[in-house]
Amino acid sequence: MADLIKIRARFKEGVTEIKVLMSHPMETGRRKNDFDELVPAHFIQLVTATLNGKPVLEAQWGTGVSKNPYLTFRLRSAKPGDKVAITWHDNKGQSNGIETTVEAA
Amino acid sequence: MNRRTWIASALALGAVAISLPLRALAAVWNKAAFEAEHVDQALKGLGVAQSGLSRDILLTAPDMAENGAIVQIEVESRIPGTEAIAILVEKNPTPLIANFIFSNGADPYVVTRIKMAETSELKAIVKAGGQYYTVTKKVEVALGGCG
Repeated sequence: MADLIKIRARFKEGVTEIKVLMSHPMETGRRKNDFDELVPAHFIQLVTATLNGKPVLEAQWGTGVSKNPYLTFRLRSAKPGDKVAITWHDNKGQSNGIETTVEAA
Repeated sequence: MNRRTWIASALALGAVAISLPLRALAAVWNKAAFEAEHVDQALKGLGVAQSGLSRDILLTAPDMAENGAIVQIEVESRIPGTEAIAILVEKNPTPLIANFIFSNGADPYVVTRIKMAETSELKAIVKAGGQYYTVTKKVEVALGGCG
């Protein structure tokens, strides 16, 4: 299986930009399959990001975020070598997380 | 510790580790706001009574989206003390898309990709110092993307 989360954190001129790509179906619960049956809702509800273990971002999501969610955010409090971690939780109780080290651009 | 008690305690630990985030999630996720079918209800769920138009919220989105399943948007708030940015699409079946809450030196800035069912107003709501500020932009959608 491909990585469930891809992440990159780059420090440039005082700002660290973090780009995250999550692998998730993000089903709304309104789509029908080929047999005309509704596909149950299956979507990420919460994404949290930490910098060296301290929370920096909490994203609550509905079903309107696109399949395989993409997210960019920025930190002014990070420097090269710092640890940025991401965790997601979905409505079926599944979760996944990843950690990366901030690189100098 | 023998093998059997070790396994038992490992299982107990695992159960705690799994159930904790679930309980925390149920407490955190704003069900009323995310399941609302109208913008007004969604805003009520978020606790937004009124919001003033602001030029200090930069909302970037295409004027015309070919595919409503993937519309990339960028929001940046230049309002001092920004705590959160919510994104709504007026004509989606459930208008509230996301609510981003910033802390500990995170910039009030996000880029993400959203679904749009049809041509609609896209709205960003910024919370700063207990007040709410908003900006909207119309996005034309050629092919709706809310299955």
